[in-house]
Amino acid sequence: MPKLLSGAEIVFKSLEDQKVEYIFGYPGGAVLPIYDELKNHKTIKHILARHEQGAGHAAEGYARSSGKPGVLLVTSGPGATNAVTALTDAYMDSIPIVCISGQVPTHLIGTDAFQECDTTGITRPCTKHNWLVKDVNDLADIMNQAFRIATTGRPGPVLVDIPKDIQFNKGVYKVSKNKLEKKLNGALTHKINLKEVDKFIEMIKKSSKPIFYSGGGVINSGPKASELLRELVSLTGFPITSTLQGLGAYPGDDPQFLGMLGMHGTYEANNAMHDCDLMINVGARFDDRITGKIDEFSPKSKKIHIDIDPSSIGKNVKVDLAITSDVTELLQAVIKRFKEKNKNFIESNKQKTAKWWTRINEWREKKSLNFINSKETIKPQHAVQRLYELTKNQDTFITTEVGQHQMWAAQHYKFNKPNRWMTSGGLGTMGYGLPAAIGVQIAHPKKLVVDIAGEASILMNIQEMSTAIQYRLPVKIFILNNEYMGMVRQWQELLHDKNYSESYTEALPDFVKLAEAYGAVGIRAKNPDELDEKIKEMIKIDKPVIFDCVVDKVENCYPMIPSGKPHNQMLLGPEDEKEEVSDEGKTLV
Amino acid sequence: MSKPKSAYSQPTKFGKEDHHIIVVWVDNEAGVLARVIGLFSGRGYNIESLAVAEIDKIKHLSRITIVTKGTPEVIQQIKLQLGKLIPVHKVADFSRNDPKILFKELALLKVVGATKKLDKAKKLCKKHDGLILDKTKKSFVIQVTALRREIDKLVTILKPLGLISVSRTGAVAMTKGDEVFTQ
Repeated sequence: MPKLLSGAEIVFKSLEDQKVEYIFGYPGGAVLPIYDELKNHKTIKHILARHEQGAGHAAEGYARSSGKPGVLLVTSGPGATNAVTALTDAYMDSIPIVCISGQVPTHLIGTDAFQECDTTGITRPCTKHNWLVKDVNDLADIMNQAFRIATTGRPGPVLVDIPKDIQFNKGVYKVSKNKLEKKLNGALTHKINLKEVDKFIEMIKKSSKPIFYSGGGVINSGPKASELLRELVSLTGFPITSTLQGLGAYPGDDPQFLGMLGMHGTYEANNAMHDCDLMINVGARFDDRITGKIDEFSPKSKKIHIDIDPSSIGKNVKVDLAITSDVTELLQAVIKRFKEKNKNFIESNKQKTAKWWTRINEWREKKSLNFINSKETIKPQHAVQRLYELTKNQDTFITTEVGQHQMWAAQHYKFNKPNRWMTSGGLGTMGYGLPAAIGVQIAHPKKLVVDIAGEASILMNIQEMSTAIQYRLPVKIFILNNEYMGMVRQWQELLHDKNYSESYTEALPDFVKLAEAYGAVGIRAKNPDELDEKIKEMIKIDKPVIFDCVVDKVENCYPMIPSGKPHNQMLLGPEDEKEEVSDEGKTLV
Repeated sequence: MSKPKSAYSQPTKFGKEDHHIIVVWVDNEAGVLARVIGLFSGRGYNIESLAVAEIDKIKHLSRITIVTKGTPEVIQQIKLQLGKLIPVHKVADFSRNDPKILFKELALLKVVGATKKLDKAKKLCKKHDGLILDKTKKSFVIQVTALRREIDKLVTILKPLGLISVSRTGAVAMTKGDEVFTQ
């Protein structure tokens, strides 16, 4: 007779088997048996958040910066519903999260019991898969599958809902052989096809106006994928641009890098995407913020799309060569084949792409990220640039909230390594950055972690300051404070006849005092002269810091592809604004 | 404001919509139907009819047949998105006009009226090999298996003859010949 374990013990045994070190969570009635068991497992540390959404984003930050799955533990009812935003965020950005939620006892399910909700029903559309455990003997298998599903194929969140009686019941810990082996995201075979590889290389050789367009898939494929991408880009000598989520896969200060593309991408990246004759999409998904007006998106190019998720291919944009594969595996095969046959490719190709590079350098001359600096007020772009200059010599991790500050961070902070940039791209969750920074700091205790924030976003999960203090996590919150929901204000200015409806925050806390109230340090910078000194001061402090950077209130984020315009019609700055956006265009973003 | 101003793009292209029959083999576990139809409603796909039942008692496999309408891109997305669901084993997609595929839908029709009208109604059903399941002086219940559009037509012509109740299954499908759909 095998040893019988309680459901709660089985949960921890699987967490140990998966080598989980940290759980982010918040206790409550329906998960108490699991919390009870925590004390018996010294290798697993629980991080108590102040809100389940915060716990979820912290798990995301942990996962994104470490490459390991994040584990989230919440109670039934409100605990689960509070976690929904974080789960949806992880689903959109393909972050592996295993969420364990308590549920009312089996016999009370369906009776509208206290803190009961249909957790599996609510989370079905925002998880890769979820389970309601009805028999304690299934629990070990389900936990094992949960980790597998979260981390394989296109990663994502999963949820295991465990009724309280199942947590108490005794059962066997037995993991049966995995039946999912054959199946990754619906693609049955993942073997690299040599024909596809050859076609890939053929297309590379034929093109004279090529561009690489890389995305979050490169980061998700692991650090090796970034190395391979760098190798292939340098072998071909082609230009490369990146999506918001892909930043860091290719060095931000490399001359072949054109900067981020898309709505707030650089002039050179967007124009190169529009005019290219070959687009090589590596692990990106043709998101609407990237493509702009879809029927005028890169009209003359052949397109190659590498994605691990077959449903991402052909969803928004038709492609000429679709390869369903993990980025690392495919790039390995391509590079090997490429080297065998094309020893002197760069030399022979230089002439072919010379004109293209001349064109790109002309676009670069526009210096689309430039802004008019000021001696009186701190320009937000300037603040990000100074932050970058003063932190670039150490291994810095950046998280952001959502809005103008996020785009300025993406434009002006140059990333050289993958997993250093954590931002909510797909869902665009305000309040993401602080809890994510906490998760990052847990995974990298000695590193500098900065949340580039806006004053509106930060207030959405400000309670997590308390978590940072409790675990002595010296996260730095760098608030670009313009008292407006800046991106909303920008849209209202450009598209809604300057009707600034509800986008100004009439009452804001004193962030310095707020920091002190939590037991952290508050710093305020009001003019450009003191900015550098204060940033240096912030970096030196070994405690959480809220940095209230008082910036220009009405600065807009440029460049910008206005609504309804293709890539080659960008607004570069205030002088371009006079051009009226058409009524049709106003319905777009 | 003259025109609505929102933050998202408008659809610019409309492809030609076509009827397709999607067949999905799934593990018959709790919530599996909700996953499949939730995917349809969540992503804005149509469901014109749905038929589902367990087809293997030992392996607990169910076969779901969904009739849907969409552009080729949408149909392709439906197949790929279904393929990603964990309990889904395989997905088949048949065009409604595919000559190699059999489609059938079953309907129970109840007609109430005077003898003369009932006789006329029975005659009209004959063409579809209707099977009379219940008969009284004033009524009959007939079972018809046919294509969807044939049943639609029958329902229209039976209406004036006293058709008062219609119950229909969704379409089910199978390939002709000795072929079996594999993926």
